[in-house]
Amino acid sequence: MDDIWGQIFQVGFFAALLRIATPLILASLGEMFAERAGVLNLGIEGIMLLAAMTGFSTAYFTGSLWLGLAAAMATGMVMGALMGLLTVSLGLSQHVSGIGVTLLCTGFAFFFYRLIFGQPGVPPSIEAFATVKVPLLSDIPLIGPVLFDQFALVYIALLAVPVAAFVLFRTPWGLSLRAVGESPRAADSAGVNVALTRYQALILGGAFMGAAGAFLSMAQFNAFTFGVISGRGWVCIALVVFGQWSPWKCAAGALIFAAIDTLQLRLQASNVIDVPYQVFLMLPFVLTIVAMAAVSRNARAPAALLTPFRKEER
Amino acid sequence: MIRLRLEQRAATPAWFYVALPVAAMLATLLLCAGLVVLAGGDVIEAYGTLFLSPVASRFALVETAVKAAPLIFTGLAVAIAFRAKFWNIGGEGQLLMGAMAAAFIGGREGLPAVSLIPLMILAGALAGGIWALVPALLRTRYKVDEVVVSLLLNFIVFYGMMALLDGVWKDPLSGYPDSPDIREEAGFPILLPRTRLHLGVGLALIAAPLVFVLMRKTVLGFAIRAVGENAQAAAYAGFSTARVTMATALLSGAMAGLAGVGEVAGLHYQVMAGISPGYGYTGIVIAMLAGLNPLGVVPAAFFFAIVITGAEAMSRATGIPVYLSDVIQGTALITMLIALLFTRYRLRLKGVGHG
Repeated sequence: MDDIWGQIFQVGFFAALLRIATPLILASLGEMFAERAGVLNLGIEGIMLLAAMTGFSTAYFTGSLWLGLAAAMATGMVMGALMGLLTVSLGLSQHVSGIGVTLLCTGFAFFFYRLIFGQPGVPPSIEAFATVKVPLLSDIPLIGPVLFDQFALVYIALLAVPVAAFVLFRTPWGLSLRAVGESPRAADSAGVNVALTRYQALILGGAFMGAAGAFLSMAQFNAFTFGVISGRGWVCIALVVFGQWSPWKCAAGALIFAAIDTLQLRLQASNVIDVPYQVFLMLPFVLTIVAMAAVSRNARAPAALLTPFRKEER
Repeated sequence: MIRLRLEQRAATPAWFYVALPVAAMLATLLLCAGLVVLAGGDVIEAYGTLFLSPVASRFALVETAVKAAPLIFTGLAVAIAFRAKFWNIGGEGQLLMGAMAAAFIGGREGLPAVSLIPLMILAGALAGGIWALVPALLRTRYKVDEVVVSLLLNFIVFYGMMALLDGVWKDPLSGYPDSPDIREEAGFPILLPRTRLHLGVGLALIAAPLVFVLMRKTVLGFAIRAVGENAQAAAYAGFSTARVTMATALLSGAMAGLAGVGEVAGLHYQVMAGISPGYGYTGIVIAMLAGLNPLGVVPAAFFFAIVITGAEAMSRATGIPVYLSDVIQGTALITMLIALLFTRYRLRLKGVGHG
């Protein structure tokens, strides 16, 4: 057995772990912003899928990966705004609106992919993002190849965590955002535009979700497939709860989840344990539920989560 | 300056519950017509094929009814759960559990032939119900959000099912990841000779009024609605929110489980990967369209059975991607949600300065 663990925990393991964690970090930060403002965005799964599709298609036709990323983020922002229209302006059920946005985005992603690419025998692919070596730092033994020979988006995701924490806890806008999610009535009295702030949070969050989707179809893989997200968005909803609505803890949760996912992928590939590979695929989802059960009783969600705000109603 | 504003409405006229879904569907079709045009299709031809081909012949009508059966069950599952504000998005997984239970019982050689069908129905309902109890228990015991849990459980049961179908439960004859066929006597009887109209369609049509009566005329139904409308008041009136939530989950999951039983016993006679192309999720759209009314679930399910089967015919005829049906489902859920605003509010034109 020692031999197997030696094989598994190589430098490659930790490099892969960071890659798998990246979309989870990005999307859970996006979800965290929305929930901090008081809106549960269950559109996340669909938004990631649609953004993965628009990002991939844009990169395919323009040849520019960065334009693709921009398109994916724009997709996320538009869908974040739609979520705002439904839950903020119209005050509709956040649960049902989110499911609606996910179903709509999923439909759009499938429809437009088929419309653009038809049904080719070999799925179209792109030259995906290549890793960027950070000069000097990437030569450090062990740490270098893990941390400093990654996709640009991995660096961006890792930097996004402290930036998000700074914005949330150290800027006036972050204060407004948290106030709107905790006590919209008080925020409104203090002169904060509740609806506008919630829209901003949803749109910003959408951009993060879009970047997460783009990472999957343009960096981790080099093509769009219908199953490219397969539940990662839902996992991010759980990660936000697990991370207690804190950017640092959300990222930590994403890393733990990614470690388990990387481990199951390696065990799957190593063929040492004779069980069907689907059991390994199932494992991260089971552990996510267990983790949620462990933390939820003491979790303190933003007080105004799920509640619409109408200025004129008292 | 004149502005629009929403005003609270005291009572909702009954005809709204028919007019609103119709209006929402028309809006949906209008919006989705844009996609048809974008795909280079002719709107009249595309919608004509989509809506007429599933009802154009006796054969097509039967096929539509067969498609509607699981949708009625998953629609009922959601209609029950959402009434109690128990957000069960796990219909898909509960359906798969029901299907597996039915296929397991239906394949047992030791059981007397006459007991097979009743046992399959019972086991399927129970399996779906128990699977739905997981998010209910986690919510009542550990305050875990049931949306995420029920969604994650869909993936868990799917992978679990595929592990079985790829392993110990694989049909040795076919070589595909399918379960072995159920016994001849375990198949649902056919209601109309030389068609696929099976007992499951009849069961679905009976289930809808039964659930309606249960929700309106029984203590349990009253408790479910009371908890959904105001959990605190319901607790004050002596209902245990936790127990009502569990009962809701059990009932809701049982309905989704029955959808799976029908697909196995009436249609496929085995379990395989594609046994449900998202019926659990379509059930959410159907229940919302029905305004969570169990009787309304039947026409709503037929409508989406038409959309799903019709989209295939439309795609073959015009080349427009078949996934138009998925876009229609998502759009319909959103337009209906917006339309439901009019049950609570009315639009008023107001001149600023007068009020």
